[in-house]
Amino acid sequence: MTKLQLITKGLVKDNPTFVLLLGMCPTLATTTSAINGMSMGLATMFVLILSNMAISAIARLVPDKVHIPVYIVVIATFVTVLQLLMQAFVPGVYASLGLFIPLIVVNCIVLGRAEAFANKNNVVDSALDGFGVGLGFTASLTVIGLIREILGSGSAFGFKFMAGDGMLAFVMAPGAFLVLGYLMVLFNKFIAKKN
Amino acid sequence: MAVKSNLTNMVVCLTATCLICSAILGVVYAVTLEPIAVTNENILKASIGQVVPEGGEISAKMELEVGGIPSEYYVSTKDGAVEAYAIKSQTNGFGGPLILMVGILSDGTIYNTSVLSHSETPGLGAKCSSDEKFLSQWKGFDPSAKKLSVTKDGGDVDAITASTITSRAFTLAVENAVKAAAALASQGENKQEE
Repeated sequence: MTKLQLITKGLVKDNPTFVLLLGMCPTLATTTSAINGMSMGLATMFVLILSNMAISAIARLVPDKVHIPVYIVVIATFVTVLQLLMQAFVPGVYASLGLFIPLIVVNCIVLGRAEAFANKNNVVDSALDGFGVGLGFTASLTVIGLIREILGSGSAFGFKFMAGDGMLAFVMAPGAFLVLGYLMVLFNKFIAKKN
Repeated sequence: MAVKSNLTNMVVCLTATCLICSAILGVVYAVTLEPIAVTNENILKASIGQVVPEGGEISAKMELEVGGIPSEYYVSTKDGAVEAYAIKSQTNGFGGPLILMVGILSDGTIYNTSVLSHSETPGLGAKCSSDEKFLSQWKGFDPSAKKLSVTKDGGDVDAITASTITSRAFTLAVENAVKAAAALASQGENKQEE
């Protein structure tokens, strides 16, 4: 597998949201607007890259029976670091996402990539894999957020193009399920055609 | 691939991992401690500045308890006389705690309000920090002439569309602040300690 394929497979073939269906909790909770979805995706990507690198570096030293607790501690450390950094330097983003940052610790994508990829591959490949999957997650969350924002609040990336409220249901939880479901159908149809 | 597990290497590995991770966290915490404090301070100062008339001298944080509800407050004085109180007031909104800064003039009318933090639904209750129509009605609101509850409950506060619970929580927070300010005003000048 070439380096480029490592990145692109996270975007399409192994897309965490539409194909692997991992990390559904943050997907549904944070995609109320395009910006929120994108920030959550980027935050997850940051943790993914660092935790993938750290885990691939230490995987050979960790006894088999305790590897899950070790991975969780490593991931939790990076998440806490991210949380403190965001609180200190981007308080605006932290105000809207702060609640969901600790959720990255138990995001299946991060532990999933550690188990499925990072502990069998070298540091560089693991970083690229984290980058690719993170990119796929970010793109998916941004698209879901954008659609929900357009339908629900009549704005895109915070810019209002329509007066009034839009269809409020799309800002609430049911809208998240609807948008996610329809996007999943479209995405898989597109993939099937390609093959 | 991985090392075969035995008691010794499991204990050593977990201990080492936790030690290293704690060390990293300790360093990051120490580095970010100051910026976080500065940021929070700025947010607080900005919100106090918003809710009291400009030009007053703002005191350090003080605390009081009215009707079993503790609250923090700041006094804005101009030319030696108390001009306004900025009272931090907390209630439970729809999604979690709703914390407001409420500025009340010495005659009891509300000068302005500002949302410090909330966890309301984005697009609905979250409008309590941005909805112009909802927020502007608080400017100059006189609690002795108007009733402090939403119109649905027979009061004079126009709620945010589809967010009655948030609006009620907001109103309650303001009401608590008004009570606290009334208590402060009646205490008068004989209260000057921290």
